[in-house]
Amino acid sequence: MASDKHFSAIKGAKVLMVGAGGIGCELLKTLALSDFQDIHIIDMDTIEVSNLNRQFLFRQSHVGQSKAKVARDAVLKFRPHISITPYHANVKDSDFDLDFFKQFNVVLNGLDNLDARRHVNRLCLAAEVPLVESGTTGFLGQVTVHVKGKTECYECQPKPAPKTYPVCTITSTPSKFVHCIVWAKDLLFAKLFGDKNQENDLNVRSGDASSSSNHVEDVFERRNDENIEHYGKRIYDHVFGYNIEIALSNEETWKNRNKPKPIYTRDILDNEPTQQNGNVEKNGGTSDPSSVSAMASLGMKNPQDIWSLKENSRIFIEALKLFFLQREEEIGNLTFDKDDQLAVEFVTAAANIRASSFGIALHSLFEAKGIAGNIVHAVATTNAVIAGLIVIEAIKVLKSDSKSYRMTYCLEHPSKKMLLMPVEPFEPNKSCYVCSETPLTLEINTNRAKLRDIIEKVVKSKLGMNAPSIMHGTEVLYETGDDLDKDLLAAYAAKADKVLSELNSPVIGGTMLTINDLYQELRCNINIKHREEFDEEKEPDGLVLSGWTQAPSLVENNGNKSVDNAGSTSEASTLEVEKDDEIEIVAGKKRKLSEDVIPSNAGESKGKNKLEVLDDEDDEDLIMLDGDSGANKKIRHQ
Amino acid sequence: MDGEELTEQETALYDRQIRVWGADAQRRLSKAHILVYGLKGTVAEFCKNIVLAGVGSLTLVDDREVSEEALSANFLIPPDENVYAGKTLAELSCDSLKDFNPMVRVSVEKGDLSSFNVEFFSKFDVVVVSCSSLATKKLVNEKCRKLPKRVAFYTVDCKDSCGEIFVDLQVHRYSKKKNDETVECELQYSSFEEAISVPWRTLPRKTSKVYFAMRVLERFEEAEGRKPGEVSIEDLSGVLKLKKELFVSMNESHIPDSLLERLVTNAREFPPVCAIIGGILGQEVIKAISGKGDPLKNFFFFDATDGKGIIEDI
Repeated sequence: MASDKHFSAIKGAKVLMVGAGGIGCELLKTLALSDFQDIHIIDMDTIEVSNLNRQFLFRQSHVGQSKAKVARDAVLKFRPHISITPYHANVKDSDFDLDFFKQFNVVLNGLDNLDARRHVNRLCLAAEVPLVESGTTGFLGQVTVHVKGKTECYECQPKPAPKTYPVCTITSTPSKFVHCIVWAKDLLFAKLFGDKNQENDLNVRSGDASSSSNHVEDVFERRNDENIEHYGKRIYDHVFGYNIEIALSNEETWKNRNKPKPIYTRDILDNEPTQQNGNVEKNGGTSDPSSVSAMASLGMKNPQDIWSLKENSRIFIEALKLFFLQREEEIGNLTFDKDDQLAVEFVTAAANIRASSFGIALHSLFEAKGIAGNIVHAVATTNAVIAGLIVIEAIKVLKSDSKSYRMTYCLEHPSKKMLLMPVEPFEPNKSCYVCSETPLTLEINTNRAKLRDIIEKVVKSKLGMNAPSIMHGTEVLYETGDDLDKDLLAAYAAKADKVLSELNSPVIGGTMLTINDLYQELRCNINIKHREEFDEEKEPDGLVLSGWTQAPSLVENNGNKSVDNAGSTSEASTLEVEKDDEIEIVAGKKRKLSEDVIPSNAGESKGKNKLEVLDDEDDEDLIMLDGDSGANKKIRHQ
Repeated sequence: MDGEELTEQETALYDRQIRVWGADAQRRLSKAHILVYGLKGTVAEFCKNIVLAGVGSLTLVDDREVSEEALSANFLIPPDENVYAGKTLAELSCDSLKDFNPMVRVSVEKGDLSSFNVEFFSKFDVVVVSCSSLATKKLVNEKCRKLPKRVAFYTVDCKDSCGEIFVDLQVHRYSKKKNDETVECELQYSSFEEAISVPWRTLPRKTSKVYFAMRVLERFEEAEGRKPGEVSIEDLSGVLKLKKELFVSMNESHIPDSLLERLVTNAREFPPVCAIIGGILGQEVIKAISGKGDPLKNFFFFDATDGKGIIEDI
């Protein structure tokens, strides 16, 4: 390690770290110890208590402060003479543009979410700066190297999309606890405490269509002067009793399923009207709304306990009451937040009551919180190991030692005696729309679909662009940017609502559109293919994009509209994962995906995709990682 | 599991890791007592990990004073002479570690590790030894094995791009998940002495080269009366000569000269390897204490030049 080349590569390097969380803290420390002199670090987050068990540069007294800044100060204590430049900002901000990225010799990611990772990948490709990417969850982790033209880019391989569930599974036929959580969080909680104008499927399958929708809407409103206790019980009876009865009346549904059991408050709760009033008063003494707790007012302490149906029912009623009595001004604007104790209590109780109705095992608040908040498992040791591996790869990149680049997987159970398994990086995927500029094909009904469908469903949602412009030949169909004037924006908005074939320069079969993202410096072409009909079940978007590799869904997704994408509220809560620890793919899984997903026309590169475990004796060890080692088991939510 | 529930404060602080190993394991951790010797970079990494994890107590032994080498990889020591003058490595590391987690008792024990009696080790559940001579490692391991209770014993060392962990859990009973069921398992371990005395020719050809290299260096230091880690490029010919003697009638590709050359030229720790070895060791100690998951048996090797982290059962 100690060659002159080694030291000069490190000393002269300017490094950008994205993320100062679990991996970030470890990485910054290891970079500093390894004699890196000029490190820039971006993180938009502030420090939380649950970070402290592994983000060792932070202390209790730092809670609420910028991670990037506190991390810098902490590392300067043991390496006072190096330069660390912190940015308390979102890496997707336009300040971090191509010129910003170009000043670095290598970019090191310690991120948690797909969106930011894709963004950084694109900027690194455009700026031609090598990227070392990483992720951990529990005891599993991985480090990969992405160098333009030499190895695959971060988006050459499909990534598992956030887990989604068919709507009817959530609204009518839950079979797992997570279905009950999604129902409680995205439907019931959103209905009662969220934006009343949001579409909500809570009653879709339970109310019969003929009864006036007005009636259905009314049920969830608290009537004037309605006693809060009465209101809570009425909601309870409606969602856990009446709605289940209605669902049961549709016998077709239950032919091959266990029938749910309607639950009414009168069967569960004794008539114990207001025995907790005294406690509620006490609770009212605290000024901080985040400390309001149904568990506290009912004298329940241990979040690891699994409550009985009765206890869940009492928590349900109590939590609802506390929302109305103590946090009334927030009702209508609430979105589920895993750090909101009362919200977690309400969702836990509601999910458990529903689970009990459907014969599904009940769970503790601790477990329910993890599922509802998409809380990623995280320990310090894995992050430390991964940070060490990142620095080893970063040094190779700085020495341009491209023959030695490795992707490394940190496994929970050894495979071929290895806990840390290096794998030779793959070549760029020739059909990757991000790094190979391969045109995409979009099948769409050009006589019905609007330009807005392409902007929203394709360009923003599927291609993950931030600030796109769309060109047809030399004509600009759409663009975004802070500096555009009002009139132009209005003109684009009007255009966006036009049917494709009716635009001034019509978009029809055979048209090629060019999409640019100014910030990401990404440009790609889309060939339009007109198609009349789409299968509503299988192609709910009314369009099919090919050449873009979407990971096969890991869920029992039968093509129904997914709950996760149902509204902006639920999207915010499902996508908001903790900053640092999400892993996207682990050994085995990725290779399996690549085999399944890479289309046959990628034949040449497919040969290269054979997984070779590296061995300096270059014999024997050619193995396929098919994931029997359990390496692939911890993808989120399984 | 017997014993008290976790406090609210513990549940909040340890939330993310309880989701990995469970509340039972967290309770066991909070009652475990750990002893470490040799506070260079690798052990500093390990200490950080185990303090964050929330063990009951951590006792540090290392009366050495600050050297340039210690400063280079131990991030627990501020490079300020006004701070470190007159203090030992253990004392300085202790000051920083206390800060990491107020719920863990971190303290210093003065003295020479090899002179502590058997009774002393009975206070601990885990003993980790680094920067020590062959004789000391054997001796401490033997003392741990004499106790009626099981004291888990580890050695750990990093040189240049290589790192090694040795594990002796004596008899270890634990549970693991298999196809959604919890199964009980038991493993028997060899002592350090046994594990390094296995005739080399009986070992598989692909046994990690780092194993052999570390043994050669250990023997060299012992034969020449050196302090642990006290070798330099001037010793290369002597080390290679010893290697030849030890490898009598064996294929020398088991241990390339270039590997030994690297390790004697730069016996210092390489910080990324410290992070990796300290991380794996932390994970292993957590497994040993919690009785959850397959612990490694009985050596772990990492070499940054090929990037493999390998388990060997020797």
